[in-house]
Amino acid sequence: MAGSALSKKLQDGIAAGRINAKTAADNFGDIHPPLGDHEALVASDRCYFCHDAPCVTACPTSIDIPMFIREIATGNTMGAAETIMEQNILGGMCARVCPTETLCEQVCVRETAEGKPVKIGLLQRYATDQAMQTGKQFFERGAESSKHVAIVGAGPAGLACAHRLSMHGHKVTIYEARKKPGGLNEFGIAAYKTVDDFAQHEVDYVTAIGGIDIQYGKKLGKQISLAKLRASHDAVFLGMGLTGVNALGLKGNEPEGVVDAVDFIASLRQARNKTRIPVGRRIVVIGGGMTAIDAAVQAKLLGAEEVTICYRRGQENMNASDYEQELATSKGVTIRHWLQPKKLKAKAGKLSGIELEYTELKGGKLLGTGAKTTLVADQIFRAIGQSYEDASDGALELNWGRIKTSEDGATSLNDVWAGGDCSDSGDDLTVTAVAQGRDSAEAINAALSAQSA
Amino acid sequence: MADISNNFAGIKSPNPFWLASAPPTDKAYNVERAFEAGWGGVVWKTLGEEGPPIVNVNGPRYGAIWGADRRLLGLNNIELITDRDLYINLREIKEVKKRWPDRAVIVSIMVPCEEAAWKAILPLVDETEADGIELNFGCPHGMSERGMGAAVGQVPEYIEMVTRWCKANTRMPVIVKLTPNITDVRYPARAAKAGGADAVSLINTISSIVSVDLDSFSPQPSIDGKGSHGGYCGPAVKPIALNMVADIARDAETAGLPISGIGGITTWRDAAEFLALGAGNVQVCTAAMTYGFKIVEEMISGLENWMDEKGHKTLDDVIGRATPNVTDWQYLNLNYVTKAKIDQESCIKCGRCHIVCEDTSHQAITSMLDGERHFEVIDEECVGCNLCVNVCPVENCITMEQLSPGTIDKRTGEKVRDKYGNWTEHPNNPSVVAAE
Repeated sequence: MAGSALSKKLQDGIAAGRINAKTAADNFGDIHPPLGDHEALVASDRCYFCHDAPCVTACPTSIDIPMFIREIATGNTMGAAETIMEQNILGGMCARVCPTETLCEQVCVRETAEGKPVKIGLLQRYATDQAMQTGKQFFERGAESSKHVAIVGAGPAGLACAHRLSMHGHKVTIYEARKKPGGLNEFGIAAYKTVDDFAQHEVDYVTAIGGIDIQYGKKLGKQISLAKLRASHDAVFLGMGLTGVNALGLKGNEPEGVVDAVDFIASLRQARNKTRIPVGRRIVVIGGGMTAIDAAVQAKLLGAEEVTICYRRGQENMNASDYEQELATSKGVTIRHWLQPKKLKAKAGKLSGIELEYTELKGGKLLGTGAKTTLVADQIFRAIGQSYEDASDGALELNWGRIKTSEDGATSLNDVWAGGDCSDSGDDLTVTAVAQGRDSAEAINAALSAQSA
Repeated sequence: MADISNNFAGIKSPNPFWLASAPPTDKAYNVERAFEAGWGGVVWKTLGEEGPPIVNVNGPRYGAIWGADRRLLGLNNIELITDRDLYINLREIKEVKKRWPDRAVIVSIMVPCEEAAWKAILPLVDETEADGIELNFGCPHGMSERGMGAAVGQVPEYIEMVTRWCKANTRMPVIVKLTPNITDVRYPARAAKAGGADAVSLINTISSIVSVDLDSFSPQPSIDGKGSHGGYCGPAVKPIALNMVADIARDAETAGLPISGIGGITTWRDAAEFLALGAGNVQVCTAAMTYGFKIVEEMISGLENWMDEKGHKTLDDVIGRATPNVTDWQYLNLNYVTKAKIDQESCIKCGRCHIVCEDTSHQAITSMLDGERHFEVIDEECVGCNLCVNVCPVENCITMEQLSPGTIDKRTGEKVRDKYGNWTEHPNNPSVVAAE
């Protein structure tokens, strides 16, 4: 390594340029390269075409997985893509970001038999990529209904809802707070999981059905209000996700160097030149979910020398899947358990480390033990979850701090539905948000049809 | 260690694995490589009469069907007999036999159905000191249109006549190769025997169209947009070949006639099955054309190990052992009652047994128990058909268990009878009633 490159790498504090452009390209390339034709055939041959297949049951969107795999195996890739998108119009993104190892692939009978599931996620990507690359559309906008539905948030839930509403002929306006659509697909997922601006291509593909208008810079509670949306539309679907970030809850002012993991992830996704994103030399990530992993891995890939995830409970309690944890450790991230943040340390106003307290479970309660340790850190990522910020002026009934919904997404207001992370039935998965958006659209359609009948 | 040396109609070879008359045995180069790899013998690719060499197509000669993982299951060809000069072949046969005296070298022959043609070629083959000849009465494409190959093999009278000519004009054992493209293989086999054949070999390839190109609508292999039926072989034809071998082995009229078994033999296990049904040895082609000659190592070692394990000392301990167990349907024991049993430990819960039984058979397998996926045989409905065993992806997960005599068959409510009873004596058989 040339002297200057080494000194860049070892520079204390938060700095850009720890890696060069080539390393950035290598590190942030597609983590799971797509299957080639031959690989897809071989992989599809392993599917047993189970009856009442466990993988379908495990899929939040209930994609007929054995059928689409059989369609791939018989050379009917477009049929496969249609089978997927009938249930999940964002099947392309879900193929990339679904934790398949805890969903369809976990229950695959070949996982049971041999510990090697059929590569369902990669096969789904194979089929959906081909359909999207050729621009093949499987669904048409329904006959105009003269109904107008407002959707808040152009993320997975909102897009799925909009597409299904358009299939039923309703006019849809999506109000999006940011300047770009996609929601967490665009801003919240590690860059190596969805390369080549895929999220934007997918939005274009989904909205190509027509009848969907997206207005940007419209944040609920700021530029728009729920009351006005209700007054000017026949129905409202809320899919704005979680806009608040949980704080570490430590006393005193935070020194420079403490950042939200979601912001770091978003800035990396938006950066054309990843080497320009500043990152610390020694990083501590507080949290145990996918956000913690995505931030930690990407910090390491950006050239951070030491990255340590500290989680306050045990390995078995981590929300990140085993696969994600292994991915992190394989990239050189250290994962430590039973540690909670206690005090931030600073030198001259800049973060210098963090004091952590060992924890334990006593009578089912997580308690600090009093024993402490200190990690040197020039950057700390908060990844202890996001929170729902009410923007309805208290009009919506909440449950566990999120919008209370019934199974089909109905809220306490009879013309408002909700889905995805902002609803109480969300589980922070893209695929669940898609299912809820889709199902809410069906419920909205049923309600609107009943009105006009 | 078991002795797998082979004596087939007086022709000796160190093992029962011969390469069939086909592309792998067309010239000395291939045959030498085969012997180096360990093959016990070869049947040299079919020689035709003296004259201008045979002309093959210059486009593709083979077509195939595959499993989805591209495992070759069946191969089809439109190649003709050797297209090399007769005398080059004869010279090479002689040289190879001289260099490999312990291996069997058989020469396949196909000439027009005239005695003079056979009389002309047989002395030339005699002179090579080959161990025997095989009469190609089986080739279903190209040559049959010229009155040879299967055109002879489909007419028992011709088989007998040509076999007789050959026996009268050569010192060598005569093996008659039979075509499966007939209705009852016993008739051509009997004809061969009547003509004095020392042995028969079967099956030759099955007339086939292997696939159609759905862009050009041409059968494949496609020659400039057209296709012609070819000869089908490989693992897919094995069951047909086994049946025909057994038909001849258990036919009283051909009893004792040596049979060289051919048809989809890919592993030692396939070979052992042919031997058990009455073949004296086996011939292999497609497996070699799929994987190369080295597979014979697995065949030799697998056969030896199996024989050792079972205490079979020589091939004679194996040959024909299954033949007496092949019978006609009417003699099968109707008092033999089985039920499928699913081993819950090895079940991976794919549900295929349930759905095929539910949709296409007897509704005899559950799919749920207390809201959980659970697959279990319903004895009241199970007829013991074996379909679930056949579709289960896990070996030995589903087994057919015999109900012991005296127990109640829950499907019929009747006690399983202790004695053998077949259709010929069953009360529902009208001919039994008629006989009374």
